[in-house]
Amino acid sequence: MRDKVTIRLFRGNANGGTETDYEVTTFPGMVVLDAIHQIQGTQDSTVACRWNCKAAKCGSCSAEINGRPRLMCKSHVEDFADSNGLIRVHPLKTFPLIKDLVTDVSINYRTAEKIPPLTVSEDIPRPFKMQQIDVERIQEFRKCIECFLCQDVCHVLRDHNRKDGYFGPRFMIKIAALSMHPLDTGNRLRQLKEEGGIGYCNITKCCEEVCPEHIHLTDNGIIPLKERVADYYYDPLKILIRKIVGPKKK
Amino acid sequence: MASYSANSREEGRAPLPMENRELDWWLMPLLTVVVLTLFGVYTTFRAFENNYYLYTKNGANYLSPFYSPLLPIAWSLHLPLFGLKMVSPAIYILIFPLAFRLTCYYYRKAYYRSFFWDPPACAVAEPRADARMKYTGERKFPFILQNLHRYAFYAAVVIVIILWKDTVDAFIWTGPDGSHHFGIGVGSIVFLVNIILLSLYTFSCHSWRHLIGGKHNCYSCSCVTRSSYGIWKKVSFLNHNHALWAWVSMLSVWFTDFYVMAVASGMFKDIRIL
Repeated sequence: MRDKVTIRLFRGNANGGTETDYEVTTFPGMVVLDAIHQIQGTQDSTVACRWNCKAAKCGSCSAEINGRPRLMCKSHVEDFADSNGLIRVHPLKTFPLIKDLVTDVSINYRTAEKIPPLTVSEDIPRPFKMQQIDVERIQEFRKCIECFLCQDVCHVLRDHNRKDGYFGPRFMIKIAALSMHPLDTGNRLRQLKEEGGIGYCNITKCCEEVCPEHIHLTDNGIIPLKERVADYYYDPLKILIRKIVGPKKK
Repeated sequence: MASYSANSREEGRAPLPMENRELDWWLMPLLTVVVLTLFGVYTTFRAFENNYYLYTKNGANYLSPFYSPLLPIAWSLHLPLFGLKMVSPAIYILIFPLAFRLTCYYYRKAYYRSFFWDPPACAVAEPRADARMKYTGERKFPFILQNLHRYAFYAAVVIVIILWKDTVDAFIWTGPDGSHHFGIGVGSIVFLVNIILLSLYTFSCHSWRHLIGGKHNCYSCSCVTRSSYGIWKKVSFLNHNHALWAWVSMLSVWFTDFYVMAVASGMFKDIRIL
């Protein structure tokens, strides 16, 4: 392992900035967030970065390391230093930049507010009793730590900037967790198709590749939702049956 | 040290180039383009060739998957430069497996990335900046038709059943006196491996996974949903490797057709094992 690595860090705000090199002393098990802390503590206390748990559970320290969205606290320095000992650290590029590595991710919270919460019939006795086979599918989606790396890498939001038309992968699995809930009575298909814009997703699976919790966002979340939308809006046979026998009660 | 100023980035984003991955991200898209293009060229050639698709020498019974089933249809077209030409049955047979693969959730990922560069790789920007805001995903024609993948799946199931029959036939040899008996040739093994891989690909389909149980919200509510849960779990296990089955089944069906073409045209001989 190298004794020192160079962190090439973006310093600036939305109006402009520079990539500045900082040399840091390494130690066994050092992660990129440690390197940023070392820079803050010994070289430049004005470096801005958001962090909290340093255990890959709070989802705060999202950044782009060597051009790929990652959690800084989960990225070992020795894995990312190139042959010259250089690591490039940039802020998330899909969200408005506040300073250095800190971006404004509040659009995600505004999107979350648009999704109706779990809707359960008043007839169901409380507290809810559920079977394991009914909840294990949606437990995977509950692992989400809201680091928004999937939102950052999603090309619909990142490249095409269609935040007005597509909720993004994080909120697709939020809807999946509700839609597949055995007690939920809300019909979420219209929101998925219209406001949520599930049709924008072309399932290129980048969200799944960057997820630090290894959630199968597309295979287990978005694709099953697309199939449910297809059931209701696109399958001509099902549409015909529904017209003849009437809509199925959830 | 590189300096950046705010330019084309929207909504006050970091004034940085959209991608600066220095890794070999282009390798997978390039590989996908090369293999799918080669497969497309080979398949088109074979579909129009209308020859060397059946091998019956020495009692063998190998029918190319591109020409199966043998339909009692003989359409011909009068083409201005070529005269009267028979329409190859492969053209109207291959539509169904082609539709299944074209609308497959895995292949969609593969060709959206490789051919449409939408995106070319994760965190790598689409090169056509003018097309950025014109993106409609799968909301408009023709890509909205991807929502009918389940119908392509239904057709693929029929094709798989037919190919299983062809595989059984590949193990039944015809003697000089016209009697039928069990036998194994190298081609029989090729057919068996091919149909197993095609079945794994077909029945690991995301649409099938939805139809067989994924559509239910409450598995514990009835014995029917409990049963469908069990099948859904097994399909989910297969589905985990859907991309792998997609590739190996494509290569196997390619090789199977090539094998039949090679033995039927005399390029090499089929070896009888048993």
